Amino acid sequence: MAVATASKRTAVPNRLTHGRLPKWAPWVILAGSWIVMGTIVAIVGAADGAADFNIGLAVFLGQILFLVAVWVIAYLVEGGRQAKDRFVTGLVGTAFVIALIPLISLAYTVIVNGAARFDLTFFTWTMRNVIGEGGGALHALVGTLQITLLATLISVPVGLLTAVYLVEYGRGWFARSITFLVDVMTGIPSIVAGLFAFALFALITGEAGFRSGFGGAVALSLLMIPVVVRSSEEMLRIVPNELREASYALGVPKYRTILRIVIPTSIAGIATGVTIAIARIIGETAPLLIIAGTSKSMNWNPFDGRMMTLPVFAYDSYTTYGVADKVAQQDRAWAAALLLILIVMVLNLLARLIAKFFAPKTGR
Amino acid sequence: MTATATEPGKIRAKARPGDTTFFGLAIGAGSLILVALAAVAVFLLAEALPAFTADTTGMNSSPANFWAYVGPLAFGTVWSSFLALLFAVPLSLGIALFISHYAPRRIAQGLGYVIDLLAAVPSVIFGLWGIKVLAPAIVPLFGWLNEHLGWLPFFAGQVDSTGHTILTVAIVLAVMIIPIITSLCREIFLQTPKLHEEAALALGATRWEMIKMAVLPFGRPGIVSATMLGLGRALGETMVVAMLLSPAVVINFVLTSGQNPSTIAGNIALQFPEAHGDAVNILIATGLILFVITLVVNSFARWIVARRAAFSGAN
Amino acid sequence: MKLTKLGTVGAIVAVGALALAGCAANEGGTPAPTGDSSEAPAVTLSGTIAGSGASSQGSAQTAWITAFQTANPGVTIEYDAAGSGAGREAFIGGGVAYAGTDSALNDDEIAGGFAGCVDDSFIQVPAFIDPIAVVFNIEGVTELNLDAATLAHIFKGDITDWSDPAIAALNDGWSVSGPITAVHRSDDSGTTKNFADYLFQVAPDVWDAKPADPFPYTTGTGAAKTSGVIDAVTNGTNTIGYASASAAGDLATAKIKVGDEFVGFTPEAAAAVVAESPAADNASETNLAIKIDRKTTDPTHYPLVLVSYIVACGEYADAEVAPVVKAYVSYITSEEGQAVAAETGAAPLSAEQIAAVQAVVDTIVAE
Repeated sequence: MAVATASKRTAVPNRLTHGRLPKWAPWVILAGSWIVMGTIVAIVGAADGAADFNIGLAVFLGQILFLVAVWVIAYLVEGGRQAKDRFVTGLVGTAFVIALIPLISLAYTVIVNGAARFDLTFFTWTMRNVIGEGGGALHALVGTLQITLLATLISVPVGLLTAVYLVEYGRGWFARSITFLVDVMTGIPSIVAGLFAFALFALITGEAGFRSGFGGAVALSLLMIPVVVRSSEEMLRIVPNELREASYALGVPKYRTILRIVIPTSIAGIATGVTIAIARIIGETAPLLIIAGTSKSMNWNPFDGRMMTLPVFAYDSYTTYGVADKVAQQDRAWAAALLLILIVMVLNLLARLIAKFFAPKTGR
Repeated sequence: MTATATEPGKIRAKARPGDTTFFGLAIGAGSLILVALAAVAVFLLAEALPAFTADTTGMNSSPANFWAYVGPLAFGTVWSSFLALLFAVPLSLGIALFISHYAPRRIAQGLGYVIDLLAAVPSVIFGLWGIKVLAPAIVPLFGWLNEHLGWLPFFAGQVDSTGHTILTVAIVLAVMIIPIITSLCREIFLQTPKLHEEAALALGATRWEMIKMAVLPFGRPGIVSATMLGLGRALGETMVVAMLLSPAVVINFVLTSGQNPSTIAGNIALQFPEAHGDAVNILIATGLILFVITLVVNSFARWIVARRAAFSGAN
Repeated sequence: MKLTKLGTVGAIVAVGALALAGCAANEGGTPAPTGDSSEAPAVTLSGTIAGSGASSQGSAQTAWITAFQTANPGVTIEYDAAGSGAGREAFIGGGVAYAGTDSALNDDEIAGGFAGCVDDSFIQVPAFIDPIAVVFNIEGVTELNLDAATLAHIFKGDITDWSDPAIAALNDGWSVSGPITAVHRSDDSGTTKNFADYLFQVAPDVWDAKPADPFPYTTGTGAAKTSGVIDAVTNGTNTIGYASASAAGDLATAKIKVGDEFVGFTPEAAAAVVAESPAADNASETNLAIKIDRKTTDPTHYPLVLVSYIVACGEYADAEVAPVVKAYVSYITSEEGQAVAAETGAAPLSAEQIAAVQAVVDTIVAE
């Protein structure tokens, strides 16, 4: 809000010394550029004998023309600095639109392919004794929720406390080596995490082929903790020192300062970081294939027995099929993909709600 | 960040049980990471050691020794991630700025949410999408690049008609890491001290000049950090590479051919299920190399951040 | 106040979790074997066993498990289609009760012993015959004849265009041209090994690499798993690839030259070549490994075929596991089990082989 009003204020002196483009000008230039390039592409395409209109090329060239045109026009009317500003505005907007393209394409693909089997049976059935049509992913849904929850329960406290240590207490070689090790951890390939968990549990239980959902959670924690630490650390560091000092000055103990001032101030960022971390692990396939295994049946106990998860379910369904059930298997794979995305959406929303409830008002 | 511990002779702060407990918890968490990593390291080293002298002729492309095997893979890992960053970083900065400073505040949060959704998509889905949608769609572009820019080494040779090339993979990787870099950058840009921004604007700066003078310098270490987090994801990404890349154990810079350098993580995923005996050790040893690569990259990033003056809080 | 809000969030989560907590509609609680009215088997089997191994057997195992579990409600069988190597490794380490593998156990593995079996006893029986189809996608072309040498040249990258005279010589009225994209498996695979073995044996002058799980040359395009090869061939243009015939679907398949004729894959032709192939060098009374006769000149044979084995213990320490494994492997290799697998696209074992295999499976005992 403040930014918007402030920039309006800068407009005032400019209007006295320079010309000023009307508000609608960029939009008109944008539309104009697209139309011009669309026409050119259509004509050239027709001349080359191309069968259909290349919309991607037209938009791409139109966007470039827009950036050039907006700069030239603004330069002529408003001067160099404003021209640069408008150019960057156009560039930034373009970047955003470009990022939307894969998102929309992906969402479209997943929804169209996933809708076929996104029905009640999918949520109430497992794959036990199912061949061909029908069947569902309830067992995989339960597995994913349990494993992700366990991994989050392990990772968030450890990760957040480590971040607190690094930012608020960390001094000397110990803090440095932890920072270093967290960096190392971000480099653990997911499949190695799976192998490690597999070896670890084989050692603990003495069973060579031990599989469990909890093992999966441990493997995923190895991947999740560094993400939580790195993002939380960044967010904690950014809390202004004045806030901490004000708190100390009032005689508040350090731990209460951290719990009541530092963490709440950065809770929005931390929640985002945790959400990203969950999103990072909820779709992991490779380690879970190794340590949690695959199953067609329901398993409620994360501490023993194979546990199916949604990404493994999707991968397994997509890659394993025979003559008769190819379509059914692929439909199930896409439906699982759709479900997985929806779950993360809900988690995302939840994180935002938490952030909204707990973050102090900052005036933004 | 004023420590409660003081030098001898000065007034000592009262030791509160709450403080001690909390400190204990925090340092305990840090130590847990230490232990976990030590365990992983011991496991990796023990499994990897036999590989360095093992006979690698049974591996894909039957290389002469371990280093000849891991070399092209290490190259592919770095190369594909570099390409992904090339696409992702400018776009992410643009998107983060758009959300934090350009979009109307009413819809900015919603837009951020939309981008975060991309982070929610599991890599398997990205793999499926790459195979089904992106690869077929991008082949004409490859043909065009090959035809008109074929004199560049990047687009030379025969175009792969399936689209399963390193450029496709890099684009998918970029899409995967954009939300990671974006959301961290966004949070950091939003933390720019209001006073700095308003001071710049008050001096008559345009919005871009304000961003250049106030927002970007403030956020630079954070940008580097976010980039490295994205890079970490790109380096270790497994399923997308395994599903989408047409790999060959080669070193080349061609972006549009069917013979692409594979990545370490992708290669492990592809070869591990059928591996037995020495091959398992060799693959785990390549994992160790990936470790080292990530370590070097991260240390470099730390070094950059540290060089940009110690920064904490808004001072 | 904040806590109330947290409570609300928590409540929403809890309600959501509860909503999910319904039991699976198709899993009627614990399937207690209360003696079903209709044809109750003499011995009621129960327990859970796990197998692991070849992904080629994946869909067949699903079909077998489904049929077997339906007949024996007290039994749960899991099969991880993790890969042959992983399956063998897991079995050798005693992690699974049985394994499926595309490559028979080698001498070292047999000599090394099996942790899960009493006295390192084991059985290895062929259970699954999978013809490998050469699939292609060329606009307007539905028939393609190839011999082993040409096929080897294409996948080795020597022949790069469909207009090559070598291809035209095998196909009457051939007028196709365009660059060839030869798609191979990028992951290690028994399919690649068998495909390479065929080329190595029939066209050794061209295909000079020893057959192994990885694709040996740095040419062509790689794709992961059978489904990846099928997708790449389908989505690309002027593509050719090899994959399990069961996955070929709508793609056109090439005929390969056997003797003087061109033979397309059929389950019968695939079964025929396996039925008449000799035993492998290290075969024994309990190890029925086969050495496929790739060089056959009989045009009723289709030698481009993969044989996948089941490996199990000869003697189990656990008296609960042994009867289940025995009954299950016996079912797989029965005529009925082979018919079930055939519906997923596999070729059945011949009657003599079924008899031989059943005799071996019957030797499984508990300590």
